[in-house]
Amino acid sequence: MPIYSERVMDHFTNPRNVGEIENPDGVGEEGNPVCGDMMTFYIKVKDNRLEDVKFKTFGCGAAIAVSSMVSEMAKGKTLEEAMKITPQTVADELEGLPKNKLHCSNLGAQALQKAIQDYRSKPKKGDNNGD
Amino acid sequence: MRKVYMDNAAAMPLHPEVTEAMLPYLGDVFGNPSSLHDWGDGAREAVEAAHGQVARLIGGNADEVIFTGSGTESNNLAVKGLALAQQKKGKHVVVSAIEHFSVLHSARTLAKWGFEVSEVPVDRHGVVDPDDVRSVLRDDTVLVSIMHANGEVGSIQPIAEISKVLRERGVLFHTDAVATTGTIPVEVGELGVDALSLAPNQFYGPKGVGALWLRKGVRLIPLIDGGIQEGGRRAGTENVPAIAGLGKASELAGIHMTERMNHLTRLRNRMLTELPQKVDHVIITGHPENRLPGHASFCVRFVEGEAMLMLLNSRGIAVSSGSACTSRALKASHVLIAMGLSHEIAQGSILFTLATDNTGQDVDYVLEAMPPAVDRLRQMSPLYDKYLKTGKGDR
Repeated sequence: MPIYSERVMDHFTNPRNVGEIENPDGVGEEGNPVCGDMMTFYIKVKDNRLEDVKFKTFGCGAAIAVSSMVSEMAKGKTLEEAMKITPQTVADELEGLPKNKLHCSNLGAQALQKAIQDYRSKPKKGDNNGD
Repeated sequence: MRKVYMDNAAAMPLHPEVTEAMLPYLGDVFGNPSSLHDWGDGAREAVEAAHGQVARLIGGNADEVIFTGSGTESNNLAVKGLALAQQKKGKHVVVSAIEHFSVLHSARTLAKWGFEVSEVPVDRHGVVDPDDVRSVLRDDTVLVSIMHANGEVGSIQPIAEISKVLRERGVLFHTDAVATTGTIPVEVGELGVDALSLAPNQFYGPKGVGALWLRKGVRLIPLIDGGIQEGGRRAGTENVPAIAGLGKASELAGIHMTERMNHLTRLRNRMLTELPQKVDHVIITGHPENRLPGHASFCVRFVEGEAMLMLLNSRGIAVSSGSACTSRALKASHVLIAMGLSHEIAQGSILFTLATDNTGQDVDYVLEAMPPAVDRLRQMSPLYDKYLKTGKGDR
């Protein structure tokens, strides 16, 4: 059996939402110094919803697939809903990850949460900030 | 889709003549070499013949060859077995920092058993300096184990020079020659070693068998107790088909070595020269010239090795990597780190190991497939971003 599920391979070979957002509302970085994976998430927020989510990732196939899956799961969700995305729900959506990669490469949810926290920590001009 | 296999250090196909040489022992000639009847005779003759074939390849004597279950077992047997046999004389053992885990972890086990272990460093090309070996020797040093060539970065070590240092001091010298035997000339007399590990799965022979050449008169404590196979130094009924395959592979390696080396060196040099021209920010790992003939290894900056490996696999190309993500332990290659590369650079490790089946067209195909694979990963790499924005790539 291949080490990665079809779902992981799909997200690795055709990652969704790769890139950066210009003037993002929040940025979150997560990295694992042991295995070296690094993920940066960018979010655009409108009416308390994640209007856009993009990412850049340095890492293995699992790390890239995780980032892609997180971005897909998060897009369109309210911030509260998006905060409920966990490494476990991501792994489930990907039809599983190899055991040794469950913790190491599975940092996408944390990176997204950091981006949301970054957004929340910024002073707001108002509910509609003119975008 | 075109298929290009360049992961021959991991596994390589059997030479058809090797397969043929093994077949009788998977069939009618199934006897136990220890049996005294006709069935035993056939199997015993095969094992005896293979002793001779291996000995001829490395310039040793047939009765100095001990068959084992793998290169790993040969290394375990040499490091532990030689150290244990001399522990009354001393308990200090020396290895290099880039040894295969079968040597490094054997040394670690010796440390648990009360030995002291010194590791000698390597330079940025992954080469041991004989003076560094000299400087760690002590009065109680009983064994030095340094590999002939490293399978991850291909660098060939100055074994003959190191052995001169050790002979002056009367210290036993083992070399792990799994990456070199059958691939480049290996002659135990010229190398000046006392023990040498080899395995035929590196030269078109089968897996599940290896050998340790041990100079006549050198004492060794066996690791596996049982019958008196292999002169009492390795118990267990012989894996006759694999041993017959090892014998045939050794014979063929001796006959075809020069032509194989010329072919592989030509292809490898193209990889080493042309890949850095096609992809920027690529570092050659290991010695640029003094390296294994079919071995081309690199670190590609700002991308991770496993991801490259998988993209190449989707183009029908098999390679390997020493990145942390590729290893089951999720640790970067100790070899790359010992050569002074940062963890981040080591993450971009990619390794092409070629065999005689590979052609110039294979090299063309790989050189074409690499730039788009790397570009794709760099486009999503935050490290590449950082480099483009700041001009700084190093942490």
